[in-house]
Amino acid sequence: MTEMTEAGIWQEVPSPFCGIASDDLTIKVEGNTLSILENGDAITKKGFETPLGDLSPRIKGEEVSLDKAVNHIADLLRDSKQPLIGGMATDVNGARSIMALADKSRATIDNMDSAAGMRNTLVLQDTGWMVTTLTEVRNRVDVLVIVGTDLEVSFPRFFERMVWNKESMFGQDIESREVIYLGTSPSGDASTSPKGKKAHVIACDNEDLPEVVSVLRALISGKQIQATQVAGIEVKVLADLAQKLKEARYSVVTWSAASLDIKHAEVTIQTICEFVKDLNVDTRSNGLPLGGKDGGITVNQVSAWQSGYPVRSNFNRGYPDYDPYLSETSRMLENDEVDTFIWVSSFDVDRTPPKSNATTVVLGRSGMKFEQEPEVFIPVGVPGIDHAGRAFRTDGVVSVPLQKLRDSGLPSTFDVLTAVEQAL
Amino acid sequence: MITKLTGGRVYDPANSINNEVKDIYIRDGKIIKNPDEQFDKEIDVRGKVVMAGAIDMHTHIGGGKVNIARTMLPEDHAADVVARTELMRSGCGHAAPSTLTAGYRYAEMGYTAGFEPAILPVNARQAHMEMADTPIIDKGGYVMLGSDDFLLRMMTSNGDQEAINNYVGWTMTHSQAIGVKVVNPGGINAFKFNQRRLDLDEKNKFYGVTPRDILLRLATAVKELGVPHPLHVHGCNLGVAGNLEMTIDTMQGINGLPMHMTHIQFHSYGTEGDFKFSSGSAQIAEAVNKHKNITVDVGQILFGQTVTASGDTMRQYDAHPHAHPNKWVCMDIECDAGCGVLPFKYKDQSYVNALQWMIGLETFLMIDDPWRVFLTTDHPNGAPFTSYPHLIRLLMDKTFRNDVLSTLHPEAQKASHLASLDREYSLYEIAIMTRAGAAKLVGLADRGTLSIGSAADITVYTDDADREKMFSKPDYVFKDGTMVVKDGEIIEVTWGTTHVVKPEFDVNIEKALKPYFDRYHTQKMGNFKISDDEIVDDGRGSLTIQPLHAGGKI
Repeated sequence: MTEMTEAGIWQEVPSPFCGIASDDLTIKVEGNTLSILENGDAITKKGFETPLGDLSPRIKGEEVSLDKAVNHIADLLRDSKQPLIGGMATDVNGARSIMALADKSRATIDNMDSAAGMRNTLVLQDTGWMVTTLTEVRNRVDVLVIVGTDLEVSFPRFFERMVWNKESMFGQDIESREVIYLGTSPSGDASTSPKGKKAHVIACDNEDLPEVVSVLRALISGKQIQATQVAGIEVKVLADLAQKLKEARYSVVTWSAASLDIKHAEVTIQTICEFVKDLNVDTRSNGLPLGGKDGGITVNQVSAWQSGYPVRSNFNRGYPDYDPYLSETSRMLENDEVDTFIWVSSFDVDRTPPKSNATTVVLGRSGMKFEQEPEVFIPVGVPGIDHAGRAFRTDGVVSVPLQKLRDSGLPSTFDVLTAVEQAL
Repeated sequence: MITKLTGGRVYDPANSINNEVKDIYIRDGKIIKNPDEQFDKEIDVRGKVVMAGAIDMHTHIGGGKVNIARTMLPEDHAADVVARTELMRSGCGHAAPSTLTAGYRYAEMGYTAGFEPAILPVNARQAHMEMADTPIIDKGGYVMLGSDDFLLRMMTSNGDQEAINNYVGWTMTHSQAIGVKVVNPGGINAFKFNQRRLDLDEKNKFYGVTPRDILLRLATAVKELGVPHPLHVHGCNLGVAGNLEMTIDTMQGINGLPMHMTHIQFHSYGTEGDFKFSSGSAQIAEAVNKHKNITVDVGQILFGQTVTASGDTMRQYDAHPHAHPNKWVCMDIECDAGCGVLPFKYKDQSYVNALQWMIGLETFLMIDDPWRVFLTTDHPNGAPFTSYPHLIRLLMDKTFRNDVLSTLHPEAQKASHLASLDREYSLYEIAIMTRAGAAKLVGLADRGTLSIGSAADITVYTDDADREKMFSKPDYVFKDGTMVVKDGEIIEVTWGTTHVVKPEFDVNIEKALKPYFDRYHTQKMGNFKISDDEIVDDGRGSLTIQPLHAGGKI
């Protein structure tokens, strides 16, 4: 487990900053300054090394005590007709405190990346899927298809850890693995094999993916396609891909819903999931939805077990009510439906609240800068840096234990929101 | 403070007390001996039925597959949303209830403990976090082994039994479990290699090991570690017509080792008749009656919409054409296990579903020893746990049972001899199945009984010929001495403990495990382990370590 092996050096530190939650980082702590010594990447570097900023809560820009800030939030909620708790970038206990407070204050809850998350959730709720997890991929994948996603940008260590790892438990020749991009092309070389084999790219505009994956599904199902080209891709090329997937023993089709920022993204994901099911009639194949930065998977998990529903639900009527359309942050803010807006963003200083006319409360990572000073700002600790916690990985199965690495004195989101709930 | 429950009719099978009028005294959460009539509060329970709090020894209340079921069924929740009260959080009920509502509803029915039977080692942290958010009742779980690659690799390399014992003990300790479960032994693993069926003596095509080998290894480990709960087995070929012979073979093949066969109803099918689907309950009951090392729970189905959530990817994948509504999830998980989630509607006018209902009840009625058969619906797989009072009535009231039977699919009625079974369970037998027997089976030394020194988990009912009504709404429920339910309503919310065992093992097993995690896994061994502090969490949780059986080999 995460432990300090010598003064200020922590080993096996998990990262809560991207959904694959690598837990092999070595981190040096000097006072409140962290630096990654081993196994860092662009995302974890920013996550762990962003310097500590302000430590004091503010009301209307004036420094106040934490108690005063907490009581002020409670006052706002007491008078609120339609509160919204958005962002929700936090750990398990932070999410628990959001749920408790939302239940008590009849608030709406939504996560900052729910636009992407819903693309997967709606498919799960409509037809379901066959999916796998990271360790299975690491040991079993023979054909990896990446749809519409420049994977190494969002998940820099995915290939190193899950595809070009040294060995498979089942004696597979790692070099024989095939990586195929459909849609977006890769921006770097992370997908190139250790011996230099480049990924096969079947490029098209992501906007054309709904059509392309539909044709691929038809080909996998043995349907005749009259056209010879789809979105500039020869149907023959897709037929070859279909054949490759049928011959594969454990293919994995992956996507990041955030990257599929296109019309009909849900239908695209659904079509992928349905052709994966079709492949399983004869062989094994699985989907792998990638996501989960900024607490995206964590808060959906906690919300589901405590209320039955994922985010984009509300407690306006005293009980949980799920509505992916009505309970969406930007729609609610644009229509001025929200009077008190609590934004929780404890991982990334750049993820500030969207502009709105609502009275805004921010529980944010220390160092966050605002164009428009919120009514209340409380700098909160980062889970896995300033306090212990737990975060879910992209697959929603593994959750990693996060440790406190420094003593900044910052309260956790759980501390603050639990105090607000008690003050209500 | 001492509370006296005066004059109740006590059913406490752990002490062979069958309907005796006795007073019970409670102090500091425990049942104490008569303190010479010095007490602070008296509750008159004269004429009422007093039992220990009920224990559900097999209920899917926490963990990844349950949460997938919740997430994928918004339409099911919408029909049963539960509003917040002064005392209770809001939530939802029916097939895949929220953790909060599940805890309240269990307590309202007089249940004071529930055990999650399928905790994947890599998902144990989530299962415990969900159970930590389940109020009032105690909880715990059985950790799933048998399709994990580490065990199968040990078996292939002829690892000795002691090494396997150490691995099982290590896994139980670090996933905070009280028992060990095996689901479709080796079958979840075989499905990853594209095997679609795995009979008891069929080899996993990569490892060459059979389900029979796996069962023997794990049952031996559980026994030699001194774990009180016998190996908890979800057998081969769940739901397959004709699986009954393999189920009997599984019982015989365990060589007398203690073994619990779960949701046996789903494993009791023959192939006779026009529908090629028949009841095997008579043969199964006969085998259970004969093999004293075997315990079973039934996994009774009841009609209506529910959701099936199982670790058995192989069987769940095969069943997917029956999903209702038509959506389903199958998942391969971490070289550890898997899961499958299928919504399902049991229909009383379906021949197969009606016969499943009859097979379950026949099993209850034909197994002689109530200490070896347990009342479950395999929540939510056969039906949601909230249907237990209805099930109890079916067992205790022959007229009611036969009235329901007469409305079911006529061909199924002809295929069953249920109507001819006269047995009616007594209150004492219900108390065995749901209290004393369950506590003994799970390995809870201080629960399921009203003995002096036991935890004061107590349920008080008004006797009523309508047993469904009686068991739906107890007069009082005490959890660790606190009155949490009065007149069927929650009056106080407490947080139960997590029961575990801590078997002894040689920590040198980590010399093999650490490199295994480093080479093949995507999580470090150290981060896999769940500390005691995580169970205690923010102070609401607690850990209760139950005693091991003496005479473990290690």
